[in-house]
Amino acid sequence: MTESRSMLRLSGREGTLFIGVLFAVTVLASLANLVIPEDSFLHVSTYTITLLGKYLCYALLALSVDVIWGYCGILSLGHGAFFALGGYGMGMYLMRQIGDRGVYGNPELPDFMVFLNWQELPWYWYGFDNFGFAMLMALLVPGVLAFVFGWLAFRSRVTGVYLSIMTQALTYALMLAFFRNEMGFGGNNGLTDFKDLLGFDLQADGTRVALFMATALCLGGAFLASRYIMGSRLGRVILSIRDGESRARFLGYRTELFKVWLFVYSALLAAVAGILYVPQVGIINPGEFSPLNSIEVVVWVAVGGRGTLYGAVIGALLVNYAKTRFTAILPEGWLFALGALFVYVTLLLPHGIAGWFTRRFASKSVKEAAA
Amino acid sequence: MSWPAPLEEMRHRDRVFPHLRPKAKVDVSKNVLLYVEGVSVSFDGFKALNNLNLYINEGELRCLIGANGAGKTTMMDVITGKTPCDEGTVYFGQSIDLLKRSEPEIAQLGIGRKFQKPTVFEAQSVFANLELALKASKGIWYSLRASLSGPQRDRIDEILALINLSEAREQLAGSLSHGQKQWLEIGMLLVSDPRLLFLDEPVAGMTAQETERTAELLNTLAGDHTVVVVEHDMEFVRSIARTVTVLHQGSVLAEGTMDEVQNHPEVIEVYLGSDE
Amino acid sequence: MRAILASWTLVALMCCLGSTANAESGQTAATESLLARLPSANLRETATLVGELEQSGGDRMLPLFQIMLDGRLYSRKSDDALVAVTQPPTGDWVLTDVFTGASLGTATRREVSKVRVNNRLRVQLREAIARIQLNAEDAGARLAAVDTLFGDLNDSSAALLSERRDLETDDKVKGAIEEALALYRLRSSSEPAVQVAALNVLAESLNTEVRYAVEQLAAADSAAALPVRNAARKALTRIDSNLEFYGFLEQLFFGLSLGSVLLLAAIGLAITFGVMGVINMAHGEMIMLGAYTTYVIQLLMPDHIGLSLWIAIPAAFLVSGLVGVIIERGVIRFLKGRPLETLLATFGISLILQQAVRTIFSPLNRQVASPEWMSGSLEINAALSITYNRLYILLFALLVFALLQLILKKTSLGLNVRAVSQNRDMAKAMGIRTEWVDAMTFGLGSGVAGVAGVALSQLTNVGPNLGQSYIIDSFMVVVFGGVGNLLGTLVGGFTLGVANKFLEPMTGAVLANILILVFIILFIQKRPKGLFPQKGRAAND
Repeated sequence: MTESRSMLRLSGREGTLFIGVLFAVTVLASLANLVIPEDSFLHVSTYTITLLGKYLCYALLALSVDVIWGYCGILSLGHGAFFALGGYGMGMYLMRQIGDRGVYGNPELPDFMVFLNWQELPWYWYGFDNFGFAMLMALLVPGVLAFVFGWLAFRSRVTGVYLSIMTQALTYALMLAFFRNEMGFGGNNGLTDFKDLLGFDLQADGTRVALFMATALCLGGAFLASRYIMGSRLGRVILSIRDGESRARFLGYRTELFKVWLFVYSALLAAVAGILYVPQVGIINPGEFSPLNSIEVVVWVAVGGRGTLYGAVIGALLVNYAKTRFTAILPEGWLFALGALFVYVTLLLPHGIAGWFTRRFASKSVKEAAA
Repeated sequence: MSWPAPLEEMRHRDRVFPHLRPKAKVDVSKNVLLYVEGVSVSFDGFKALNNLNLYINEGELRCLIGANGAGKTTMMDVITGKTPCDEGTVYFGQSIDLLKRSEPEIAQLGIGRKFQKPTVFEAQSVFANLELALKASKGIWYSLRASLSGPQRDRIDEILALINLSEAREQLAGSLSHGQKQWLEIGMLLVSDPRLLFLDEPVAGMTAQETERTAELLNTLAGDHTVVVVEHDMEFVRSIARTVTVLHQGSVLAEGTMDEVQNHPEVIEVYLGSDE
Repeated sequence: MRAILASWTLVALMCCLGSTANAESGQTAATESLLARLPSANLRETATLVGELEQSGGDRMLPLFQIMLDGRLYSRKSDDALVAVTQPPTGDWVLTDVFTGASLGTATRREVSKVRVNNRLRVQLREAIARIQLNAEDAGARLAAVDTLFGDLNDSSAALLSERRDLETDDKVKGAIEEALALYRLRSSSEPAVQVAALNVLAESLNTEVRYAVEQLAAADSAAALPVRNAARKALTRIDSNLEFYGFLEQLFFGLSLGSVLLLAAIGLAITFGVMGVINMAHGEMIMLGAYTTYVIQLLMPDHIGLSLWIAIPAAFLVSGLVGVIIERGVIRFLKGRPLETLLATFGISLILQQAVRTIFSPLNRQVASPEWMSGSLEINAALSITYNRLYILLFALLVFALLQLILKKTSLGLNVRAVSQNRDMAKAMGIRTEWVDAMTFGLGSGVAGVAGVALSQLTNVGPNLGQSYIIDSFMVVVFGGVGNLLGTLVGGFTLGVANKFLEPMTGAVLANILILVFIILFIQKRPKGLFPQKGRAAND
């Protein structure tokens, strides 16, 4: 009888704990970078700060996948597309900020356009020199894409594996498209060689720390927002759709609208992650659309434990940390490890690390209650 | 019999809270709530429904019987919007064409349905299951900000008491016994206060005692609600039914009181068997 | 083209051998003296010598001319004898007799001097060969000879051709001669009536040279007389519409060829995903394994390319099938009824397999050689030729399809598979070993993917990413055709292949690919169950 309650309380408590840890780490790491002198043992290098920022972007991306997969049972293998579209939006802004400091010194056209002998800026690049407009588009484009795709797919009740394959095809098609030079997004090489953001030098420590903190803030905000949604009746409807969509329909819920709504919300989170990711890693290219990237995100969530928000974050951080270490020591082995992780998690750890913890904790507390 | 009163009270609550009233007025001036006329459905050449005609009166308790494959479930699927039909018309009252509406719209009109297999949301508590079924706006933004009002909470409590699950309110629905799940699903129907209820084998898997309680519940519901029950358990049907409709190969074979139906020669031949 | 050339030289060679076997020296005295002058002649003298040799030696000169054309004619410094030289990759050059092919031992580079040949001489030689070949017994050889002369006729060769035309029995050769002569008349005559008649003949030609000549006459600024110009225009329209028709056929063939590749790639999936309902993201890697099996077998027997391909088909089936069974027993059976988890686990397996291949064989692409009979193309006419490898793969795909259909419809395994896929519990109750059937079905689907890999290795290079590039397309084909339906996969594969190839000239390859994907996404909205859906109450759940 107390099981569900204790589980709810647990996730609530751990969520708060998570926010606290995130806050503490962010502030401490930032201070350790800016205040503590470089030769000190406690100094955190800018490289580490950027790496942490990158991890937090991945965590946000994982959160977006968890919201849709863990809570609503929609396995999207194409969330990398929304991430990359957001990233391209930011990249286009940063590209315009370069101005005449590019290799060719053309104040109007980015280097790759000069290289391709383009005479003028394509119409869809207009306005991207304005930060506000660029950010609006970086959210609007993935949002509209998610809306259109979701509307088409959910209205005609494409579910399960079919939907997963469709999302994969979506990101695959976008990848092919962005690889084309004629698209006007830099083709193969993508957008890179960024100089500054809102007038701040991207290489400066202060900018790096600020971006890291912004990422932490967005992650925290997204976490809280998602927790609020999942705690509301809307969240319960979403769970109902996951567990018995047709029953939910017979209760009078237009499930396709709920799914579209959640899909768009999730796509927006992914887009935000992409926006924050690009200035920190300094490049965006069509490789981000590759189906492998999207499906890797799914495994982060699976490792951490889907259906728990903090689990997705933990999974993203752990797997990416492992990836960084692994590829440094044994680059050949990483894909073996990743592949094995897929198999291991699905076979033996279906609820991920978070589920494993919760279960141990819950069973202990039940035993205590019985005693 | 202590529970007609709360039900009565619930009916009045409808008038207290304007948003709880059904949006589309159902015109039942002819005293017929549901018209099913000339409906045919075929799957790959197999005629699941064959020119089916059925009229359900307002406030009636109707039992549908028929062998497996007679088309009972398919008929419910058509009425509740799950399966499109090849031809025919289905009207709710005089003016609402159900064939043009989707499942959620039909549900919001006040047509509730219990499935053959009990389907409750197993990962959520009994209370949450009832809350989801509550008669309220089913919109996204409303759901995001919805909180239970006092009367709504009371109402859920009443239903919990009615279906004997007050003790289990915080338990996960997945941990209930089969019979309890059946009850919970009935409770979910009741809490949404439907105009018309379809119950597909409501007493399957219930103990004799539970079955008896279900029969009592259905008997009291009739009059205020219109109830259509599909059941194989003849004893149960006899205990609740006023009018029985026999389906055979996708169309109505006979209709009447239990005794009339049982003595109908064709029914004896195709369904009840000669030993009855 | 090359194959044909090679074959007719061989035939010609045989004839020569036959005729020279009787007489010891094989040549008349006049020819002998001409031949003796060849080693010391300069280029211009060589040209006249070739002409005279053709006159006196006739068809016996064919091997000489051919060897000369190939640049393999040398004279031995010790005795000024003409020899044919073959250069092995290492060691001394091998000398053979020009006419008999008998071995004359070996020599170093210094011991022989080359009989020089320039471009002009090559043209002359080619024509001389063609003239000789015109009377060859093999129709193919005669046709090739006409092709060589085509467009470069002079009075004497035209006379030769018209002579030949009256003797010719083969329709194809006769037609080619008519065309060549018509083109000659068109160009050489200034008589409008002759030109118009010639144009009427040429209107049915598909030769690019003919089209060019006719186009010149039809042009607005052409100097030709009005009736000629009008006839030329008419002929041009006719030629163009013929070309368009054959262009269409060629595109259709390319589409069908792509469709057959898609069919091969998807048909295994149609079994595992379509019939069993198990989603296998490692399906592409099963194809890849099949391709690598072909590569390995070819490495083991480098001298028998053709045979290795035949061995590779069952071997690839076994390798991929076995890996499939292992995956089914090791992973998939534990995930029954959890499609999304199956998807993830098999994706992990695909990563492992890819990386394993990368580690074992290196990440670079490997080339698999094609046997002789797979290379070259079937020339239907001047405008339409079909490459053999694509043709065979098309036929092979249809064969595999028919076999699978037979297995599923007629064998007890097929019956069991269908029973299990329709109602697992009932099948179990009937005493079917469902576990075994699952493993076998999955093995079958994977094995067929391996066989597809053998076919694909003949079209593209073999690399670790080979499978990945087909997985999405394969799913699209299965989903488009309708799950649980092999026929749907067949129709789906060919439809998508043809559509892709017809879009390509308009949009470019990448955009065509994207458009097809978008089309399928939209199509699935309209018909979520594909082209050939399974109906019924059970299918709704």
